[in-house]
Amino acid sequence: MWDYSETVKEHFYNPRNAGVVEGSNATGDVGSLSCGDALRLTLKVNPETEVIEDAGFQTFGCGSAIASSSALTEIIKGMTLDDALQVSNQDIADYLDGLPPEKMHCSVMGREALQAAVADYRGEEWKDDHEEGALVCKCFAVDEVLIEETIRANNLVTVEQVAHYTKAGGGCASCHEGIEEILTRVMAESGRAFDPNAAPPPDMDATPETLAEGTTGMTNLQRIRRIEMVIESIRPQLQMDKGDVELVDVMGDTVYVNMTGACNGCQMASQTLGGIQQRLMEDLGGFIKVLPASELPKAMAGA
Amino acid sequence: MADIYLDNNATTQVDPEIVEAMLPYFTEQFGNPSSMHSFGNKVGFAIKKARKQIQELLGAAHDSEIIFTSCGTESDSTAILSALKAQPERNEIITTVVEHPAVLSLCENLEKEGYKVHYLAVDDKGRLDLDEYRSVLSDRVAIVSVMWANNETGTLFPVLEMAEMAHAAGVMFHTDAVQAVGKIPMDLKSSRIDMLSLSGHKLHAPKGIGVLYLRRGVRFRPLLRGGHQERGRRAGTENTASIVGLGRAAELALRHMAFENTEVAAMRDRLEHGIIDAVPHCFVTGNPGSRLPNTTNIAFEFVEGEAILMLLNKQGIAASSGSACTSGSLEPSHVMRAMNIPFTAAHGSVRLSLSRYNCMGEIETVIAAIPPIMAQLRKLSPYWQGDGPVDEPEKAFAPTYA
Repeated sequence: MWDYSETVKEHFYNPRNAGVVEGSNATGDVGSLSCGDALRLTLKVNPETEVIEDAGFQTFGCGSAIASSSALTEIIKGMTLDDALQVSNQDIADYLDGLPPEKMHCSVMGREALQAAVADYRGEEWKDDHEEGALVCKCFAVDEVLIEETIRANNLVTVEQVAHYTKAGGGCASCHEGIEEILTRVMAESGRAFDPNAAPPPDMDATPETLAEGTTGMTNLQRIRRIEMVIESIRPQLQMDKGDVELVDVMGDTVYVNMTGACNGCQMASQTLGGIQQRLMEDLGGFIKVLPASELPKAMAGA
Repeated sequence: MADIYLDNNATTQVDPEIVEAMLPYFTEQFGNPSSMHSFGNKVGFAIKKARKQIQELLGAAHDSEIIFTSCGTESDSTAILSALKAQPERNEIITTVVEHPAVLSLCENLEKEGYKVHYLAVDDKGRLDLDEYRSVLSDRVAIVSVMWANNETGTLFPVLEMAEMAHAAGVMFHTDAVQAVGKIPMDLKSSRIDMLSLSGHKLHAPKGIGVLYLRRGVRFRPLLRGGHQERGRRAGTENTASIVGLGRAAELALRHMAFENTEVAAMRDRLEHGIIDAVPHCFVTGNPGSRLPNTTNIAFEFVEGEAILMLLNKQGIAASSGSACTSGSLEPSHVMRAMNIPFTAAHGSVRLSLSRYNCMGEIETVIAAIPPIMAQLRKLSPYWQGDGPVDEPEKAFAPTYA
C-alpha cells in the first residue's frame, strides 16, 4: 500500500473541481502512455485580465493522479495565466503534503496539462519534450530515460558520475546494479565496455547537495590551476613513452592541449586525449571536454 | 462490518488450527532436529510427519522428494539453477511470458550470462500454443519452467501434457505451482513433472516456508551448501515451527479440496456474474474455461485499478490490480499486456481471489459495492460522458503523451 498523506487521500476521496468547466475557453489534454495516466484540464480564463476564473479536470489514473489534478485546480483558480505557469511539480506535491517518489510523475502530468491549456488559450502549439522511463533511483525519483540521456550527453563512465549528474544512486545505493546495467548498455552504443574499477566507488557519506555541487564552488582561477595540476600529474606517464602534453587554454568546460613529442601525430593520440579527459572529469567531478589545440582557432572563429 | 478479504492469491490468513499446531515449536519444542537428544528428536519426528503430509497432498511417490525451502522464489531459483549446473552442456531454457517474477527476473538475468531463453507466448485468453512449445524443445534445453496456474488470472496451463512432451524430448520439467497447490488435486507420481515449487503462505500456512518437490533420480545441485539438512540438498537449520504449520496446512487443504472446487468455485462464479451483470463495459480476462476455482480477474474499462482498490479498501474490501500504479512500475501487468488487453482496460483490471474462509454474504456485499465505485470513477474519466463512454473514446480523448 502506498504511504499517501491524509491530504492526498482526502483529495482523492473528495476531488475538487471534477468535470468540465461550463463555458471553458482553454483545454489541455496530456497523458503518459506507458503508465496509463491521462488528464484533461479545462479552464475559464477572463480575456481582460487573464485570470483563471474556474478550473476543472477529468482524470484517468490512480489515486495520486486524481488527487494531484484536484490540488492543481485548487492552486491555480484565481491566478493569472503567467502566475499559474510558475506552479511547479513540487508546489503540487507540497500542497498535498508530499507524494511517494514513484508518484511524482502524477504531479508532472498536472503541470504539463496546465502548460498545454495555456498554449491552447493563447493559440500556441504545445510540445512536450519530457520522456519518462521506469524509475531507477527511488531516493531521488530519477528515471531510466533521464539517466540514459545524461550518460550520453556527458559521456559518463562511472556510477559515481551518474550520481554527480543526476543524483541517481546518491542515496541508499540499492540501485547501483541498475545504474551499472544502464552504463553498460549506453557505453556499448559507442563500442565501449563499462569498467567498474574506472574510478573509486561513490562516497556514500556525501549528501545529494554536496554531490550536485561538484566544482561549482571553485573560482575560475582555482579551477584552471586544478586542471594544470591534473595535467602535470599525467605528464610523467607520457614522457615514459617519449611524448608530452601541455595545457594551452580553458574555455568553459573545454580544455585545449598540445600533444608533443612522440604523441604528436601518434594514432593513439585521440585515446590519450580521452584518458586525460576522464582523469580531469574524475578530479573535478563535472563534465570536461579535452580537445587538441588545433581546434582552438575554430572555436575562436565561431565565437 | 468486518473487512472482506478477496486477495488470497497474494497471501492467505493462517488457519487458527495451524497456528495452534505451530505454537509448541516456539516454546517447549525448541530443539534442533539434528541434535542427538530428546529435545531434538521430537522435533525431528514432527518434521517427518509434515513431510508425509505434504507428500500426500502432492501425490508424491516418496517423502524424501520433499525439500523444505524458505519460499516459492527460493524453490524456483533452486530448480532452474540446479538444472543449469547439472547439465553445463545445455544452455537454453523454456518458460512463458506470463510467469511470476520469481522465474522471469531470474531468466532475464540468466540471459545476461549468456543463456538463451525461449519465452512462450499466450493468446488473448492467456493460452499457450503447444506447437510453438514443441518446436523449441531440443537437447540444448536444460529445463522447462512453466507455471501450473497464473497468479493474476488463475488460468491453468497443461503442465501434465507439457511434462510428458519434455520427458519424451529428454528435457527436465519444472512447474511453479505456488497458486495451484491446495486448490486443485495433484498426483505427481503418475506425472512426468521433475520439480515443483510451492509456497506455504498461499495455502493458509505462514510466510517464509516453501517446498521444492524433487523427483527421485533427477540430477540435482543444491543452491545452499552447508549442513546435512534436507539430505544435503538444502543446508540451513530447519524452520521447524513453519514446517509443522505447512504440514498441517497440507492436510487441511486435502480435506477441503472438494469444498474448494464446489463451494468456493460457486462463490467465485456468483461474484463474477453479479459484477458483469451490474457494471457495463467490463470483461473477464484469462481463460474461464480452465482456471483455478478461487480466482476471477475482471478488466473495468476507462478507469484505473489503483483508484478502484483505494475506494474498495475504504469500504473494507481487499483486492488487487494489474494496474501500473499498484506495483510502482510504470507498466501495467505483463500478464495483461501479453494477452493484448488494451491499455485503457489493462490498467483497470482487478483480481478477486477467494478462499474457504469467504462466505456468500460477503460476495453479495462486494457485488453491491462495485457498481457505485465504477460510476464514481468513470464520472472523473475523460473517456466517459453521462451513462457511457464517449463516442470513439480513443479519438475523443487523445492526449499528448509524454
